[in-house]
Amino acid sequence: MPTCSLKLHVSNRSTAFTGSAVAALKQHAARRMAGGAVLLGLLGLAAMLSVALGARNVGWAEITAALSGQVDTMGDAAVASRLPRTLLAMLAGAALGVSGGVMQGLTRNPLADPGLLGVNAGAALAVVIGIAWFGIAETQRYIWTAIAGAAVAACAVYAIASLGRGGATPLRLALAGAAITAALSSLTTAVVLPRGDIGGLVQSWMVGGVGGATYDQLLPVLPFLAAGFIISLLAARKLNMLALGDDTAAGLGEKVAVARAMSAVGAVLLCGPITAVCGPIGFVGLVVPHACRLLAGSDYRWLLPFSALGGAVLLTFSDVAGRMVAHPAELDVGIVTAFVGAPVFIWIVRNRKVGSL
Amino acid sequence: MLMACLMAGVVLTLMLGQSFTPLTTVLRVLGGADVPGATFTVRELRLPRAVVCVLVGASFGLGGIAFQTLLRNPLASPDIIGISTGASTGAVFAIVVLSLSGPAVSLVAIGAGLGVALLIYTLSWRQGVTGARLILIGIGLAAMLQSVTAYLLMRAPSWTLQEALRWITGSVNGAQLDQALPLFIALLLFGGLLFSRRQDLETLRMGDDLAAGLGVRLGVTRAVVVITAVALVSFATAVSGPIAFVAFLSGPIAARLMGRGASLLVPSALVGALLVLLGDYAGQFLLPARYPVGIVTGVLGAPYLLYLILRDNKTRGTL
Repeated sequence: MPTCSLKLHVSNRSTAFTGSAVAALKQHAARRMAGGAVLLGLLGLAAMLSVALGARNVGWAEITAALSGQVDTMGDAAVASRLPRTLLAMLAGAALGVSGGVMQGLTRNPLADPGLLGVNAGAALAVVIGIAWFGIAETQRYIWTAIAGAAVAACAVYAIASLGRGGATPLRLALAGAAITAALSSLTTAVVLPRGDIGGLVQSWMVGGVGGATYDQLLPVLPFLAAGFIISLLAARKLNMLALGDDTAAGLGEKVAVARAMSAVGAVLLCGPITAVCGPIGFVGLVVPHACRLLAGSDYRWLLPFSALGGAVLLTFSDVAGRMVAHPAELDVGIVTAFVGAPVFIWIVRNRKVGSL
Repeated sequence: MLMACLMAGVVLTLMLGQSFTPLTTVLRVLGGADVPGATFTVRELRLPRAVVCVLVGASFGLGGIAFQTLLRNPLASPDIIGISTGASTGAVFAIVVLSLSGPAVSLVAIGAGLGVALLIYTLSWRQGVTGARLILIGIGLAAMLQSVTAYLLMRAPSWTLQEALRWITGSVNGAQLDQALPLFIALLLFGGLLFSRRQDLETLRMGDDLAAGLGVRLGVTRAVVVITAVALVSFATAVSGPIAFVAFLSGPIAARLMGRGASLLVPSALVGALLVLLGDYAGQFLLPARYPVGIVTGVLGAPYLLYLILRDNKTRGTL
């Protein structure tokens, strides 16, 4: 078992480390703890703000009243309707964050993101076709359709970008993603346009949002997300291996194809259902893992849980910001994340050596 | 040859439609005669549409080939690196927020297009500009600008699907002849300016250093080419929205048709005009429902982009 021997080797070496190296490790662990605590605190704050702020701001008393089940005042009602929305924002953020992290590891590509790689567009097209031609109406079926669409688009983009010599460079992946997205969204519009009865859907598939969420929408998503999170976390160790390069990973006894397939399943199970419920939300999967690497390091076993927390924080805050900026109307969260994400995307592109692009 | 194809295309789209108008009638109507039934269809409906298609397509084709030649990369066309998206966002902003109309919209669109071009260039400057960085930054900016457009459209009081689609995928629905005049002038002016630089542009294909050695003033040429190309694309976008992939496709198709060494400016403009004209016709009449032209070219263009990536993977080309 070559992998085991590697582990032994590493742990032997680490006990033989000099004092300064141990101190560095401890410092790293301390940073992780602090980072995790900060993220949890921020998540709590974001959740509270998300429940309290909006077209009608409510006070503490009304929040506690609503949480205990009363819906007597307007404030209580507002809180009651904001609770599922906040939950959805947190879940969607966590799912997209982890999904992006897994995709970045899987493709060894800093620019991977379910939105930029056309995966969300694939999910959107599949759902629209399902609605227009097969008359699906239940959330459960939306989700299955979206997962299928996301999986097909992900495979197509990755296959196109990685065919031939040189493999999937960030530029090729980004371009293949842009091309697939353009074609898929043209097709989505083409499917919806002749159907006056579902024409309004075009609008909702252009920008993703979490407004108007209900528990009925939320519940069917949960099993998929749970499965996606578990598979992704199980794949974390494999992603660490993939990060060493295919040859090294294979040399260390990792089945590269299995590792890729498993991570891909995890990533698609996370972003497909979210797209089915919220519509396309871009850039969360890109930004969050990069930010979390600063806190958690590049070990995917730490990075993925951190990305879940970070994604939940980012999306919930973005949703609150969208409500504040356009008060008393709302800005869909997909627009806010694009504004947060595009500068980060540009920053990443600027700071990488041209050779690696 | 291309010219003949384009003429034939224009005449055919004038003849065909929901009802068939014979060639002789079309010619008589164009000559000023009043033919009951046909005059309205041809002069009011089909002619403006065909003229706008040709002008818009030619502008996109020229803008596309100018960028592709200047940056020596087939992917660096204005619709992929976000310049048409910027112009479209500008046009929507002018209409929805500033409540402008007519030429003012074009001006704002051009301003936005130039601003975005400048922004992309500045952001990708890091001890020189490389094509890869510029394209990636353009893709990132385009994604952001698209969401701005979507937001502005949703805020618009009279949100209609057709109108929204114009600014997102491009459409020539409801084209008017009075839209065509400013576009025609812009095409003559900027196209002429670009044409006057065609020698320098040809030389630039061989590389910046060689071109400079051959006496091309790089700074001036770049500035002229970028400004004229952005202006052409923005003018066209202000009328029809960012018709997907026309700027990107025209140059390479023209190159394939003309063979190596030929000047590509005029052929690209003609190919662009043909693409929009035929795409619009197909979208209107050949498909089960009526689609705006941008959807047709969007579905057509993506496979070509993918082919470029695949071919590049094999040959280790310029990507």
